[in-house]
Amino acid sequence: MNKWITSALLAGALVSGQLLGQAMAQDAKETVRLGIDVPYEPFVMRDADGKLEGFEIDLGNELCARANLECSWVEQSWDGIIPGLLARKYDAILSSMAITPERERQVMFSLPYYNTPSVWITARDRDIDIDEKQSLEGLSVGVQRGTIRDVYVTQEYGDVLDIHRYGSSQEVVNDLQSGRLDLTFEDFPIAVDAIDFRQDDSPYKQLGDSIKTPTSIFGKGAAMAFRQRDKALAAKFDKAICEVYADGTFDKLMEQYFDYDLSVRPSEADCAQ
Amino acid sequence: MEQLNGWFTELLSGNLIFTANTLSFYWGGLVTTVQLVFLSLLIGVILAVPLAIGRGSKRRWIKLPIYAYTYVFRGTPLLIQLYLVYYGVVFFDGIQDSIFWVVFKQAFFPALIAFTLNTAAYTTEIFHGAIKNTAKGEIEAARAYGMSRKLMMRRIILPSAFRRALPAYGNEVIFMLHASAVASVVTIMDLTGAAYYVYARFYAPFQAFIFVALIYLCLTFSIMFVFRRLEKRLLAHLRPRA
Repeated sequence: MNKWITSALLAGALVSGQLLGQAMAQDAKETVRLGIDVPYEPFVMRDADGKLEGFEIDLGNELCARANLECSWVEQSWDGIIPGLLARKYDAILSSMAITPERERQVMFSLPYYNTPSVWITARDRDIDIDEKQSLEGLSVGVQRGTIRDVYVTQEYGDVLDIHRYGSSQEVVNDLQSGRLDLTFEDFPIAVDAIDFRQDDSPYKQLGDSIKTPTSIFGKGAAMAFRQRDKALAAKFDKAICEVYADGTFDKLMEQYFDYDLSVRPSEADCAQ
Repeated sequence: MEQLNGWFTELLSGNLIFTANTLSFYWGGLVTTVQLVFLSLLIGVILAVPLAIGRGSKRRWIKLPIYAYTYVFRGTPLLIQLYLVYYGVVFFDGIQDSIFWVVFKQAFFPALIAFTLNTAAYTTEIFHGAIKNTAKGEIEAARAYGMSRKLMMRRIILPSAFRRALPAYGNEVIFMLHASAVASVVTIMDLTGAAYYVYARFYAPFQAFIFVALIYLCLTFSIMFVFRRLEKRLLAHLRPRA
């Protein structure tokens, strides 16, 4: 009996909530939980009070405001970020996730909102030619496990380099600094932030060109990820991404955090849908 | 062989995760795990025998340091010990230029050191307990024969203590196998590392970990089997007679 009453009440609440939502779209916001792997500086980190901040936090909050959604952030380590989404621990991932075919089998992606190249880093006094594959025999390289950079290094250099896979990008940097690693293959912004290799007096340097291809591995850029069925939610964020690009909000945010360009302007065809 | 190959390809077709490539990761992981556990147990036992004898010594300057060692290594998690050895050593100035770096540069040796020290501490306590429990009668009989303390230790106390320690030591071996799963946090591609890799690559936690769990189970059963056989042989004199 009690069950009946509860479900009747619940149904009533749901229906009225729906109606109210339509009537007062401004007030009753839909809530969305966003999963993110912390820290990934300067995309996401903690300030002195332990509050989340960073480029992706600001961007995410901006997107939510435009899509008229009430957003909260849920922390999740990278290893389990897709299973966490599928297990409904949160409703979307906004955590610098690159679009790849393997991930597309599991989740649905929004339009990409930024794209960064990956770079080879080594100690400044080392003389390594990354394009001369034979000369790399036996050198050790550190990557974060399960990232597109892990896939690239495994596929292209698995036969010559000794690949060390770490749980976080911080551990990779630790071991580069301790001298355990000869090379690391890092996401450009992470490398800038953690080892500052672009300064002349930095003990580290970039090797060769920045790498963005093949697209089959590196994808079209970083995007939000949703459960396959949440098409409506993804469409809302797609629209918001188009908006922040169109009115220059994205550029403003980007300049606040970066001194290089990581935009991927969505095409008009993408935004027209 | 041709047929086997065809059968194998068919078995693997239609699943995206267990390809020949990922299976070779698991195989490499199995080899690494077995090497790591076997070596640390072997060195651990070699260290534990003199330590266990010293632990029962009447001299405090022998007894106390050994007690402190086993206390510390049994009192802290293996994971922490591993972190300390792997990430901790690089903070010693100049270690990168010393001869020790050859050892500490790799992930394998820091892990081997941490595992060895850990299992040696437990094994010391197991052996010490067994030595302490030697039957009074055996010692008195040895004395009556005029054996020196050394000879008595070698001929009477240690052989009987090892037999009594066998079941407890078998457990320690299994614990060590399971504890070795933490090796993957310092980039060692052991069984768990391979499972993590497959998990992170294909986002398939259940398949990746259930497979590795089955491999661990097989290993555990083999170890149990070996120790059962050993116990049957070496502890035959303690079984009730029919």
